[in-house]
Amino acid sequence: MFKTTGIAALTALALSGGGAWAAGAEAHIEDTDFSFEGPFGAFDQVQLQRGLKVYTQVCSACHGLEYVPLRTLSDEGGPNLPDDQMRAYASQYEVFDEELDDYREAKPTDKFPGSQLENAPDMSVMAKKRAGFHGPYGTGISQLVNGIGGPEYIYSLMVGYENPPACAPDDMDGSYNVAFSAGAVPAECKDEHGNSTIPGSWISMGQPLWGDDVEFNDGTEATIEQQAKDVSAFLMWTAEPKMMARKNAGLTGVIFLTVLSVLLYLTNKRIWAPVKGKKTG
Amino acid sequence: MSGIPHDHYEPTTSNQKWLHSRLPIVGLMYDTIMIPTPKNLNFMWIWGIVLTFCLALQIITGIVLVMHYTPHVDMAFASVEHIMRNVNGGHFIRYLHMNGASLFFVAVYLHIFRGLYYGSYKAPREVTWIIGMLIYLAMMATAFMGYVLPWGQMSFWGATVITGLFGAIPFIGETIQTWLLGGPAVDNATLTRFFSLHYLLPFVIAALVALHIWAFHTTGNNNPTGVEVRRTSKADAEKDTLPFWPYFVIKDLFALAVIMVVFFAIVGFMPNYLGHPDNYIEANPLVTPSHIVPEWYFLPFYAILRAFTSDVWVVMFASWITGGIIDAKFFGVLAMFGAIAVMALAPWLDTSSVRSGRFRPMFKWWFALLVVDFMVLMWAGAMPAEPPYSTISLIGSTYWFAYFLVILPLLGVIEKPEKAPATIEEDFAAHHAPSQAPAE
Repeated sequence: MFKTTGIAALTALALSGGGAWAAGAEAHIEDTDFSFEGPFGAFDQVQLQRGLKVYTQVCSACHGLEYVPLRTLSDEGGPNLPDDQMRAYASQYEVFDEELDDYREAKPTDKFPGSQLENAPDMSVMAKKRAGFHGPYGTGISQLVNGIGGPEYIYSLMVGYENPPACAPDDMDGSYNVAFSAGAVPAECKDEHGNSTIPGSWISMGQPLWGDDVEFNDGTEATIEQQAKDVSAFLMWTAEPKMMARKNAGLTGVIFLTVLSVLLYLTNKRIWAPVKGKKTG
Repeated sequence: MSGIPHDHYEPTTSNQKWLHSRLPIVGLMYDTIMIPTPKNLNFMWIWGIVLTFCLALQIITGIVLVMHYTPHVDMAFASVEHIMRNVNGGHFIRYLHMNGASLFFVAVYLHIFRGLYYGSYKAPREVTWIIGMLIYLAMMATAFMGYVLPWGQMSFWGATVITGLFGAIPFIGETIQTWLLGGPAVDNATLTRFFSLHYLLPFVIAALVALHIWAFHTTGNNNPTGVEVRRTSKADAEKDTLPFWPYFVIKDLFALAVIMVVFFAIVGFMPNYLGHPDNYIEANPLVTPSHIVPEWYFLPFYAILRAFTSDVWVVMFASWITGGIIDAKFFGVLAMFGAIAVMALAPWLDTSSVRSGRFRPMFKWWFALLVVDFMVLMWAGAMPAEPPYSTISLIGSTYWFAYFLVILPLLGVIEKPEKAPATIEEDFAAHHAPSQAPAE
């Protein structure tokens, strides 16, 4: 695996001489190794539990997971929390019950609350909606070969906060992030064609992770990178909670159909043998 | 059903005779499944079965998805997430349906190009070809409307762009667009009618497929040599053909199983690879995505649509001669539909007396270039509408039209075809008889 593969390099490869095509800037995406990559990759349950903690103590202040049922925290293919822990976790939230016309303690069948802040996007499928480094301009090679997708993007965003480049004025709104391509770039940091000369752009979200933001139960050191990686894995699970079941079904299908193909190949060969052999012989 | 002489179903027991004299359905099925089929068909003749399978797969998975989907702008996106999270096996069924559309189009493009190379569209199979083109159009309409249903950003903006094409028609365009959308813009009325039609059209396709099969069972299959099956007697016909069952059923099933291995690998391991990630963002009429890109199977025609900008001389000429009625946008729409129309007219544009491309030395190269052209257009369709892509799209579009309107008619006149074998039997023997091919 390429340890650091810049999306910039990949898009440049796909474009080769494309010129001024994007309003946003090029961004730097780290190719991070995740346990769930590849056909046999699986979620690391302990990592998902750490990621849940990061989400709960940091992200959830603003961002919601409105499509994720709380009970799925106990799913075997997911964080696999023991039932009592899942119920205890659910009960910390309050949800509005339309029948009661009042707020009540959340039950396992309820979903996570939505975003608390109006301009903070919901994160349920974040890892999938940020997955596409192949479209519209790339060729899909980065995703195909390196498995670069949404979790890499989220990780890169979490660790991508840097001091603004020298060309930027002091009064920019938001924070400079080398992995964020959809934000504003000041005119001072663009060349004469309007192309950005710096990686990344300015994002309205302030840096969320600084290191030691949470204390992991399993004793893992809570560095920025570790927390970023764990929460990225967790968000991959919220986006694709049935990934393990899907890969299993796919693998079963591939094996079964391969056997079927061989049998049908032999059947076909046998049926055609007399037809192909006896002519003009 | 077929004009090729062969054995027909004969009821033997009294029960069979009873039914046969009232409804000869067993005889129809027998004649269909035992149809004499040219024995030299190669592996490019498997796509028909693959396509039939795709249609069945899409209808079955689709019917299940409908049980859990809610066609309403406030609930459609959430109901898809509900399918992905709460419905038993729902995630896999949805991914089968999503990627099934891609498999459907892979197969249909290979099927169409097979027909173009081996001259399957030529007399007496023009009606089969035209019905095939209608199926292809219905497939595109179905796929497009299906893509709107998850109500993601690309659903919404794709619908806005494509229905906007109809708005480009002079005088009546806006009325048509409003009628299609059920209002001035893409909204709940659009979603519900697209949902309704997305459910309806596959059954129209199924009916067209039945006609398609009926038509080519009447004319008989084409084959790689383009030489017709001898119909002088049953004995002659049997030298050129084999019954569809078991020879071709087993062969086609083998091919289908191999294709399914790849299909299941994609569905299981990378189900979102062919989709656009923006469709996991719920539709928002207030936020336009920076790049609106259709699904991959529309890209070649999307490239043709965008190739004809107002600075292209044919567009300027068309605009001048019609007093501005045909503008660049409308010209693009005409070009896109025209690209499919010229393909549909291939039976009458191809003047060559030889059917199969195998025996047409010049045609081979022009055909290969058409395949490359199709790929280039597909790539250009995904690129932004600006130099150098706009120029590449324009060159690609020009070749597409030139192939059908100029090259096909001319080749029939100037090309000297090679000699085709006299019979299918001769071709088959040349490929398979051990005595004649010891090196094999």
